Amino acid sequence: MKNTIDPLSDPAIEVEHLNFYYGSSQALFDLNLKFARRQVTALIGPSGCGKSTFLRCLNRMNDLVDVARMEGSIRLDGTEINSNALDVIELRRRVGMVFQKSNPFPKSIYENVIYGLRIAGIKDKAVLDETVERSLKGAALWDEVKDRLHESALGMSGGQMQRLCIARAIAVNPEVILMDEPCSALDPKSTARVEDLIKELRDQYTIIIVTHNMQQAARVSDYTAFFFEGLLIEFGKTGELFVKPRNKQTEDYITGRFG
Amino acid sequence: MMAIHLQEEISSLKRHILAQSTQVEACVEKAVQALERGDVNLARAVISQDDKINHAEVALEEECLKVLALHQPVATDLRFIISVIKINSDLERIADVAVNIAKRILMLDEEKAVEPPFDYKVMGQRVMRMFRSSLDALVDLDSRLARKVIRTDDEVDAIHRATYGLVKSKILEQPAHLNALMLWLAVSRHLERIADLSAHIAEDVVYMIDGEIVRHGWGS
Repeated sequence: MKNTIDPLSDPAIEVEHLNFYYGSSQALFDLNLKFARRQVTALIGPSGCGKSTFLRCLNRMNDLVDVARMEGSIRLDGTEINSNALDVIELRRRVGMVFQKSNPFPKSIYENVIYGLRIAGIKDKAVLDETVERSLKGAALWDEVKDRLHESALGMSGGQMQRLCIARAIAVNPEVILMDEPCSALDPKSTARVEDLIKELRDQYTIIIVTHNMQQAARVSDYTAFFFEGLLIEFGKTGELFVKPRNKQTEDYITGRFG
Repeated sequence: MMAIHLQEEISSLKRHILAQSTQVEACVEKAVQALERGDVNLARAVISQDDKINHAEVALEEECLKVLALHQPVATDLRFIISVIKINSDLERIADVAVNIAKRILMLDEEKAVEPPFDYKVMGQRVMRMFRSSLDALVDLDSRLARKVIRTDDEVDAIHRATYGLVKSKILEQPAHLNALMLWLAVSRHLERIADLSAHIAEDVVYMIDGEIVRHGWGS
C-alpha cells in the first residue's frame, strides 16, 4: 500500500520563508511547505488565519492590493515567481484560480470557456471548438450544456456556473488550480459534483483548495495544511492528520474544541 | 460548529461504556467466586444477567453509530468512538465467557466430585486482576497501564498450556472422571479467553489514547 516514491520529493510548488504584510501588519509568518504534483492539498484554518492570503500569493493575486508586500521564495517548477521580472499574466495561466462565488462573464457559455484563449489572440475556430469541448468535458459539464453553448452563462444553475469557471480555468492548460472555497455557495448535490470533479482533475493538475468545510478537506485532499494566525501549524497526509494530528492546536481545531 | 453537541454525546458514550464495564466486571467476579465456592446459585445469577448485558451492548453500539453518522468526528473523537465500539463488543464477549464458566459449574455439580487438576483459584485471581486493570486503564485513560496488561497476557496463556498437560495426565490416571476433568479444562480455556479479551480492551485503550495500533505484537 505504501507509495515507494514520495510525491513531495518532486513538488509542483515550493514555498520557502514566505512572509506577507498588509502595510505594517504581518499576515503570514515564515511559511515553508511544498505542494505535491498532481495531488490535492487542502488549506484549512479559522477565518483570518491567512489561508486565502497565502493562496493568493501563489499566483500573485495579492499584487492587486496596493499595500501588500511579499518576502521569501515561491518556486513553480523551480522558477521563482516572487520576482519583478516574472510575466504575471503567464503565471496566472499556469496557476489558474476558481473563486468562492462563481463569476462567469455575462457572455455565452462558449465565450466564457475560451476567454483566456481570446485574450491570448487565438482565433482558429477548430482550436477554440476543441478547447470548449475538452474543457467542458473536463469540468463534467459537457453533457448538460452541449446543446446550448451559445446561450448566456448567466442562465445556468449555481453548481453549473462553478463548473463553468473550472472549465474556464482548465481551458488554458494550467499546471496548478487554486480553489478558494469553491463549494461554499453550492447545495450538497452540486458540492458532491464539484468534489468528484476535483478528484478527477487531480490526474492532470496540482490542486490547492481553501475550505472551511473540514469534511470536505478530508474527502477531497491528499495533503492538508493547517494555518493559525498566519503560521503553518501542521502539514501532513490528510488520512493521518484527521486521525492522529501531531499538534494540539490542529486537534482542537478539527475536533471543534477551538476557542 | 457542533462541538458542544458532540462533546455531550461523547460524555454520554463514556458513561455508558463505563456502566457496561461495571456490569461485566460484576458478572466475571461472580463467576470466579461461584467457581471457588462451587456455588450453583451464584452461577445461575451470572447466567441470568447476560440478557441485560446483551441489550446494553446493542444499545451502546447503536449510539456510537448514530454519533458517527451525525457528527462525523475526527482525530481523538473518532478514535474514542471506534475504541468504544470495539471495547463494547469485547465486554459482551467476556460476559458470554463468564456465562460459559457458570454453565460448567452447573455441569460439574452433576458430576462426581474430582480434585481440580490445576490451581484454578490462582488462575481466576490472575485473570480477574488483568481484567480489572484493563478497565482501570479505560477509566483513567492510562495507556501505560494498558500496555502493562497486554504484556501479562502471556502469563495466563502459560498457565492454560500447563493445565492442558495436567488434565491429560489426570485423565490417564482417573479415566472414570473424564467428564469432570474435561469440564475443568474448559474452565481453564474460558479463563484464558477472558485474559485474551482483557488484552484486547487494553489494546483499544492504547489506540484511543496514543493512536497507535499495538495488536499482533506491533508497536512498542
